[in-house]
Amino acid sequence: MPALIIRRIIQSVIVMLTVAVVAFTLFRYVGDPVSQMVGQETTIAEREQLREDLGLNDPIIVQFARFALNTVQGKFGISFRLGRPVNELFAERLPATLELSLVAALFSLVVGIPMGVYTGLYPDRVLSKVFQTISLIGISLPTFLIGILLILFFGVLLSWLPTFGRGDVIQLGWWSTGLLTASGLKAIVMPAFTLGMFQLTLIMRLVRSEMMEVLRTDYIKFARARGLTNRAVNFGHALKNTLVPVITITGLQLGSIIAFAIITETVFQWPGMGLLFLQSIQFADVPVMSTYLILIAFFFVVINLIVDILYHVVDPRLRFDKSVVSSH
Amino acid sequence: MRTKTLLMVLVLSVVLAFPAGAKTLRFAFQGDAKSMDPYSLNETFQLGFLNNIYEGLIQRAPNLDIKPSLAERWEVMEPTRWRFYLRKGVKFHDGSSFTADDVIFSATRVRAKGSDLKTRIAADTKVVKVDDYTVDFITSAPNPILYVEWGTWYIMSKSWTEKNNAVTPESATGKDENYATRHANGTGPFKLVTHESGVKTISEVNPDWWDKANHNVTKVIFTQVSNDATRVAALLSGQVDMAYPIPVQDMKRVDGNADSRMLVGPELRTIFLGMDQHRDELLHSSVKGKNPFKDKRVRQAFFQAIDIEAIKKKVMRELSEPSAMMIAPGVNGGGNPKFKRLGYDPAGAKKLLADAGYADGFEVGMDCPNDRYVNDEAICLAAVSMLAKVGIKVNLLAQPKAKYFPKVLAPKLDTSFYLLGWTPGSFDSWNVIYNIHGCPSDTGSGKFNLGRYCNPKVDALAVKILSETDQAKRNAMIEEAWTMTINDIAYIPLHQQALAWGVRSNVELKQRPDNQFDWRHVVIK
Repeated sequence: MPALIIRRIIQSVIVMLTVAVVAFTLFRYVGDPVSQMVGQETTIAEREQLREDLGLNDPIIVQFARFALNTVQGKFGISFRLGRPVNELFAERLPATLELSLVAALFSLVVGIPMGVYTGLYPDRVLSKVFQTISLIGISLPTFLIGILLILFFGVLLSWLPTFGRGDVIQLGWWSTGLLTASGLKAIVMPAFTLGMFQLTLIMRLVRSEMMEVLRTDYIKFARARGLTNRAVNFGHALKNTLVPVITITGLQLGSIIAFAIITETVFQWPGMGLLFLQSIQFADVPVMSTYLILIAFFFVVINLIVDILYHVVDPRLRFDKSVVSSH
Repeated sequence: MRTKTLLMVLVLSVVLAFPAGAKTLRFAFQGDAKSMDPYSLNETFQLGFLNNIYEGLIQRAPNLDIKPSLAERWEVMEPTRWRFYLRKGVKFHDGSSFTADDVIFSATRVRAKGSDLKTRIAADTKVVKVDDYTVDFITSAPNPILYVEWGTWYIMSKSWTEKNNAVTPESATGKDENYATRHANGTGPFKLVTHESGVKTISEVNPDWWDKANHNVTKVIFTQVSNDATRVAALLSGQVDMAYPIPVQDMKRVDGNADSRMLVGPELRTIFLGMDQHRDELLHSSVKGKNPFKDKRVRQAFFQAIDIEAIKKKVMRELSEPSAMMIAPGVNGGGNPKFKRLGYDPAGAKKLLADAGYADGFEVGMDCPNDRYVNDEAICLAAVSMLAKVGIKVNLLAQPKAKYFPKVLAPKLDTSFYLLGWTPGSFDSWNVIYNIHGCPSDTGSGKFNLGRYCNPKVDALAVKILSETDQAKRNAMIEEAWTMTINDIAYIPLHQQALAWGVRSNVELKQRPDNQFDWRHVVIK
């Protein structure tokens, strides 16, 4: 196991370095931040001086080396757009994104698994067909459209839910939470639904097909022959065995939920990292953009590492396979 | 029963805890006030936002008339020496008194490294304290418009900035955050409570303000909502009292809703097309060896090929004012009835092109931003198809502003034909004549003259306009300058875009033509 972790960590470092290099090469094409950092009265010479001060005139290799060196030391620089330290900005925005992502993931699990079980057990019932249709909508409609439709319906027409923002937040140390206030809870409903919709569909379909697969296996037939109750067979034996791939997929998808929160955050003006990133792209705010990409890469790498380790813990076959192979 | 009584008491006490007049103004804008430092960025929204917290020596009324603010009055002692008499008894939000030292300090800070408002006071202008409430400004040459831009030169407290280590406005190039980026200490009608960049900014009324308040607002919550649809939805659902800008296609919805209405008015910004008239061969054109834009007939043909009424009707949905001049009517020297737009005349344009030797037309590249002005890319696309009718093939390159500006602005000036907008910060013609029409030089003249139009007579006149103190004479010279540039067809002015503010029905406010939202005039019913 330690060998696996060490190998994985080395791979992770390579992945993050690659992300950094690719990101930095791309920044050449985002544009010039200086024209937006100053107003119309600023002279050309002053603009040039600013560009020089920011180090934008250096070769891209030099800029990258400086960035990598600072990042390793935990120095992420000052945002061009907001004039504030980047790590502070992310510390402020991180809770919003993580709360939204976790609530969305939880929602997709809590709703998706029962729906999957039901459609797996009773594929021919009307309700199953309804679930299947809903899942088709969830998988085919783009996130921003779902978001806008929700806003229009529940925000503007019915005025039940707030259309933007996080509501009131409470500070718990450096973490700001909206989950402890009424307005915060109301505010998270639509964004979490929008963000979790795709995952819900995925989980439902996964559980359904796994369920149908497992129900055909011999041990389920034996269990039924033994006269066990339907409940014990369906949930005690069948569902339990479908959950291994579900856990894996959920884990891996958590990374993409965090990354894809960009669109949902924009539609709902959710003050998370994704929104910050998008605003920074329009401004060509290089320090914020690079930190975001590194951070997201870091999330992915960590989640993957955890999933890999979990895999070995949960699935004994992976360990046995190896010993079988080596004994040959 | 007991719980019910308890509940009643609770509800009542909550109701009573809020004074009857407590009114919260919630508003949303597309962008954010990036910094609370009043010298960090010369941008309309940021300066307009801070105008409610900070004050200048002068202020602008809703119709943009100049009124006294922190200076009670001023006089010209001699053409190069102006005396400003400061208001007594004014206090900053931290309780310290406002004196001449703060004015002198602010004059230094606004010209310090990192300031984006250096042009508010010329570098060689001396600021001298006469006594605690009198300050002299000594200029190197007579300047009749010395103070016209001071409505956005806000006075900061000397002691506060010194105490918080914020004596210069440096930020992004520095190592740490500047204290003034998220904190403010002005003399204005509102005090900053918290500023969370890109999330929300909360201000509350300043009960010790020196002037009589015309508003009834006690708290202001500003939220940035960048997505157009979300911003409109927030207004329609009543979660904000005011939102701007409202996209043209949503205006009918806002007006059609019983609880909201549109406030529409002409903005001071003029949108125009510019042409490279300097290079001997255009960078992006099929014409080799010469520059067709050097020929006035070609410029006129381009002008007359543009159907501005069609742009107004189809692209701007009636929300633009076609302009004959490079300045809006609200700007000093603008709205002169003497100047008329050249009429739309594709046949005439074709003939002009033929006379100039381009009977078969030619190809030219055009640069256009797509996220800067109202419908900017759509305007360019309309121009492309209109020019195609007279035989000009335009290759349009529409890009986000972060890519567009570095390409077209000096030093690159990598453009042959482009769309740009301009608002003179001083609301005076000189700014536009100097920046947009002046022959480019190292002194700063023609800084945004991207096509390098150059008429030395206009330059000579600009110098005289700057120092002429007789208003009637000065205005005559301004008219003369405009006559020359319009005859030269230096540019193709298009229109002034409309301001589009969405307001809830229970809110009264005043819309300023410079798109600044002044909370001083907000009444919530």
